[in-house]
Amino acid sequence: MRFAAVVEVGALEGIADPEAATIERALPLLGFDSVEHLRAGRIFRFVVEAGDAAAAQATAEELAHRLLANPVIQRAEVAVRPLGEGAA
Amino acid sequence: MSGPNVAVIVFPGSNCEHDTVEALSTLDARGELVWHTQASLDGFDAIIVPGGFAHGDYLRPGAIARFSPVMEAVSEAARSGVPVLGICNGFQVLTEARLLPGALMRNAGGRFLCQSVECEVASTSSVLTANLSVGQRLWLPINHFEGNYTCDEETLQTLESSGQIALRYVSNPNGSIGSIAAVANRAGNVVGLMPHPERACTALMGSVDGRVLLESFVLAAADRTGSSGAVAAVAVTGA
Repeated sequence: MRFAAVVEVGALEGIADPEAATIERALPLLGFDSVEHLRAGRIFRFVVEAGDAAAAQATAEELAHRLLANPVIQRAEVAVRPLGEGAA
Repeated sequence: MSGPNVAVIVFPGSNCEHDTVEALSTLDARGELVWHTQASLDGFDAIIVPGGFAHGDYLRPGAIARFSPVMEAVSEAARSGVPVLGICNGFQVLTEARLLPGALMRNAGGRFLCQSVECEVASTSSVLTANLSVGQRLWLPINHFEGNYTCDEETLQTLESSGQIALRYVSNPNGSIGSIAAVANRAGNVVGLMPHPERACTALMGSVDGRVLLESFVLAAADRTGSSGAVAAVAVTGA
């Protein structure tokens, strides 16, 4: 089976996130006074061939934690969902 | 008899490898470029991972380089006590490979930094600083976007107490925790630093302060192999 995986990588809590801080500083200038706790990150999408959802999740988790995120400074959230026949 | 053989690892996007080989040649050490797909580093007395933008710095600096075939051999050499030095991007590669603790983040202030900075020797228990004195100050060039060293509090305390902080910035340019400019592993044979000692080896380049660091590294390689060339070179330049 084929599974669509999405990995979201962002700075660990307590680790400086200068991109988010810069964006957040600009918000009042744009009138977004009600927005706070902004965090920046990156999203990676890929397709995993696996026997079941648990195996796909395990592969995606390993890829996320070995390569896509540096666990010293980043966290990664991984989600997989089955792909329909013929979907990319 | 010639000085030690130093492997200078080249990834796609490395750009300081020739400066490094040139600097080594003035210390009577022989630098040899080694392409990142090479799986063996047999016959080398020391290893330098030079600066640049390995694999385009995609994902994170050093994140892809860490998986190049040569890194297995670098890790093995590091474990067996061979002197290993990572300069700038090379430092980022060694932290990503977990051969050094911590990580290098985007500079605080969000700017690429290209300037000379003053550094102070904080410990002499690394191959990079073994020949220097604690408190000794050096002017070295930095040239980086991701030089903001960080680690957790527990790691920082270990680094402090076991003398693994080799150099600190006198005036912190990039937000590094503890003003750390260079860090070593517990054994002291693996060191990474953000400044570029190879770019401060002749008066023409504005500083010769990088030379004592590389001399110390070459001497450690020579000591290990019993090669006498580098020892002689240090004696001459020290005169």
